[in-house]
Amino acid sequence: MSEETVIEAAGLTKTYGEAVAVDHISFKVGRGEIFGLLGPNGAGKTTTILMLLGLTEISSGEVRVLGHNPAREPLSVKRVVGYLPDTVGFYDHLTAADNLHYTARLIGFTKDVREKKIAEALDRVGLAEQAEKRVGTFSRGMRQRLGLAEILMKGAQIAILDEPTTGLDPHATSELLGIIRAFKSEGVSVLLSSHMLERVQSVCDRVALFSGGKIALMGTVPELGRQVLGGGYVVDIEADGAGLADRLALIPGVSGVERTGIGKLRLHSDRDVRPEAAAEVVAMQGRLKYLGVQEASLEAIYTRYFESMAQERSGVKDGERHAA
Amino acid sequence: MRREGSAFAGLGVVTLKELSDHMTGMRMIVMEWLVVLLALGVVYTGIQQIRQVSAEDPFLFLRLFTRAGEGLPSFVSVLSFLVPLVAIGIGFDLVSSERSQRTLSRILSQPIYRDALLFGKYLGGLITIIIMLVALWLLVIGLGILTLGLPPGPEEVARALAMLVVTIVYAGVWLGLALLFSIVFRSPATAAFVALGLWLFFTVLWPLLAPYAAAPFVSETVQTPGDLLTQISVLQAFARVSPGSLFGEIVGVLLDPTVRSTQQPLLASLGLVLLQPGSIPGAPLPLVQSLLVVWPQIVAMIAGAILLFVIGYVTFQRQEVRA
Repeated sequence: MSEETVIEAAGLTKTYGEAVAVDHISFKVGRGEIFGLLGPNGAGKTTTILMLLGLTEISSGEVRVLGHNPAREPLSVKRVVGYLPDTVGFYDHLTAADNLHYTARLIGFTKDVREKKIAEALDRVGLAEQAEKRVGTFSRGMRQRLGLAEILMKGAQIAILDEPTTGLDPHATSELLGIIRAFKSEGVSVLLSSHMLERVQSVCDRVALFSGGKIALMGTVPELGRQVLGGGYVVDIEADGAGLADRLALIPGVSGVERTGIGKLRLHSDRDVRPEAAAEVVAMQGRLKYLGVQEASLEAIYTRYFESMAQERSGVKDGERHAA
Repeated sequence: MRREGSAFAGLGVVTLKELSDHMTGMRMIVMEWLVVLLALGVVYTGIQQIRQVSAEDPFLFLRLFTRAGEGLPSFVSVLSFLVPLVAIGIGFDLVSSERSQRTLSRILSQPIYRDALLFGKYLGGLITIIIMLVALWLLVIGLGILTLGLPPGPEEVARALAMLVVTIVYAGVWLGLALLFSIVFRSPATAAFVALGLWLFFTVLWPLLAPYAAAPFVSETVQTPGDLLTQISVLQAFARVSPGSLFGEIVGVLLDPTVRSTQQPLLASLGLVLLQPGSIPGAPLPLVQSLLVVWPQIVAMIAGAILLFVIGYVTFQRQEVRA
């Protein structure tokens, strides 16, 4: 995390009557950092984003966006923050360039500045040739890119992207992530929410896992991996050889061996045991077909976390029932 | 605590965008042709009547607006009927379309307040209607000059202008209502349906129902002229719930200098004449006096437009950006 903090939330809370949508969350985002908000639908991600932008009232807590309070100085905040909403919409009867012109006039750019910035932004997202086409004919991916062009044109220091990759094909997703990485290289901080865990993992510096309006976990992906999955390594092996499983179990540090298929084994260990495992297979004159260590994946962390939460909850319920 | 910056930053931009959307949109083109053709047709047949009947009328030009051809409504009744329709047509999806196109949160994340968006939308719609009404007004005056062969006098022009202004306020009331519905109802179809329902209720049903609604408050026995005037006042008070009745009353007085009271037409229909001390029946009033007669009605209509806008404004401010 870089030294300068651009977004700082402390005890941020949003309630709708009795229902608590966001429950005392605190986090910081540094300059040039890509920060991911993850979690199931209804976990409070979009509400958090709207509070950062001053588009919904904050029930309690403090937020500072580049030193401004979104509730009191919404214009200062909205001048430096670009927002790409969940399924962004444009005026279908206007062309891509005209849509951006409207936004640029709202921001208050003069005509010359407008022309230049819009041309540059459309060029950077690869929509220069479609500038004079009506947005009504655009695919979802093109609309998302147009949304990013709007943020580029605005010259935002912070880009807030709500579910930017949802509903995009793999090609469009890679293009989009490429643009997001370019933001980072220019010192623009990015806050993005997503379900596409694998993709998020590839761009995010740090992530916050939302659950029931709270941040359940926060940190870099390897940090979360250690927290949720434990410190162990998982090594997969595919090899021939009778009694291989027993021999592998004797390698120092291996805590367990399980059979995952014909000729496939999985080792659980407290360190990377790939060299020893390979040596064992070779020593037995077996044929090694595959050997790999599993990296802590966000998908695994996410799934494991919510599984364990569900187990805890059902455990609590059982306990209550017994008590009753 | 005060908000930072002006609530109207971006107002001009939004207004111009709305105006250009309305002016180029198919919906507005259709409505313009409908209103212009219908109104001109009515005025044309009215002119045929005027030519046959009135030889000596000091306010011949104003008859263009009020005289109807046989079996046809007059120009002002066409306006009273169609202006709400145009206002509803423009306004029923002003805000809900931003939601359905999912542009609302993107636009509100720009450095403007919601005030500017809503006010700009109202203003853009109103300017569209003003352009249409002014064009129509000029067409009618032009048609009058060509066919009647005489120019309007300054008094007549002033009265016709006053009528134009009142028509714009009347449009403002209905636009305010349509805007309110576009905020309250997420579905444009619902908003249009409710607005049109209210329009039908006020233009068709309410004039028929108002006397029955007023019945409990009217004394059965009419013995003195005072009783009769009270009775008429109560009936009028109920009728005025409909903006169309208010508009009719105002325009009736403004376009006919001989009308001294809004109760005069009702009395005339009973075969009675209102005599005021020191006045000569049938003598024309100056414009200022005519305006004073209907000033309360004019103020009521302006207040109605402002009230509807404010209700919409407060509702919009309290709504969540997200659906």
